[in-house]
Amino acid sequence: MSKRQKKIITAAVVLALMFGIVPNVSAMHIMEGYLPGGFCIAWGVLCIPFLAAGLFSIQKTIRRNRKLITLLAMSGAFIFVISSLKIPSVTGSCSHMTGTGLGAILFGPCAVSILGIIVLLFQAILLAHGGLTTLGANVFSMAIAGPFVSWGIYRLCSKAGVNKRVCVFLAAMIGDLFTYCVTAVQMALAHHADTTVAGALGKFLVVFAPTQLPLAVIEGIITVVIVMGLESYAKPELRAVGFIKEAK
Amino acid sequence: MKKTVIALMIAAVLIALIPLFALKNAQFGGSDDAGSEVVEEVDSSYEPWATPILEKILGRELPGEVESMFFCVQTGIGVGIIAFIMGRMVERKKWMKEQNHDND
Repeated sequence: MSKRQKKIITAAVVLALMFGIVPNVSAMHIMEGYLPGGFCIAWGVLCIPFLAAGLFSIQKTIRRNRKLITLLAMSGAFIFVISSLKIPSVTGSCSHMTGTGLGAILFGPCAVSILGIIVLLFQAILLAHGGLTTLGANVFSMAIAGPFVSWGIYRLCSKAGVNKRVCVFLAAMIGDLFTYCVTAVQMALAHHADTTVAGALGKFLVVFAPTQLPLAVIEGIITVVIVMGLESYAKPELRAVGFIKEAK
Repeated sequence: MKKTVIALMIAAVLIALIPLFALKNAQFGGSDDAGSEVVEEVDSSYEPWATPILEKILGRELPGEVESMFFCVQTGIGVGIIAFIMGRMVERKKWMKEQNHDND
């Protein structure tokens, strides 16, 4: 076991140092007023079917098994905690994680869109972080696109027979990264007056991706830790959502 | 199991803190400003057309200390819920163990 620990720590150090050189800037949610009106409405409308599906999916889950509400609350709380921590990144600025991977793995991507919008509303109103006009775009990137990718990757990896913890790690990490890629696309689509869409996209990606990469790794690690905790203390719930298939 | 968790946590903390020490002269500023800088670069004529609702009510920017307080409130709510539920589950497992031995 101690050999494994050493390996993990060395990997972390190498990773951190590897990114410790590029000075750059970053961004998180799209700021208030930074999307033209048409885009705000378009992204918002695009979110509605997902949110509706999410409401129904949560309703169904809870009707099937009321006890699952604890696990659902926990997934929501996890997003609350994770997305409130601004972490210094290797590019010399701070960013935060999304935390949506856990909920997506346990309850499916639609349910997470509801949890995500609660967090985004909290941050938009009280923290001036993100915004009410850009809520639709932010919900789409953080609470819909990211979770869908997380969920897809988790499904794919577990079908391929990859170790469960590795699946969780990859799902959370890539989902987090993808959220910020979508944000970059959204920004580039709205702002490319001085260059082409592709040129703007490149610029935004350069800003987002290097900052977010180490944070995505951290998110993967924390999600794995939480899942390990749940595995040892919340077996009945995990069985009910289908996370643990056969009773061991 | 316990050791793996501790090792993973150390790894996470290391990844988070090393940049802070490695980059001595970095600002680690709010990234909202950074995003708007890029917008200026690729779309120089764009003017943001809305301001955050709280700033509109206050008539000025949210003071940094108050903002960090709100962030702490957010963290606190989340941690509170997680700790409460996790605590219940840990206790429940103890009770369940007495009924059917759950060997882990």
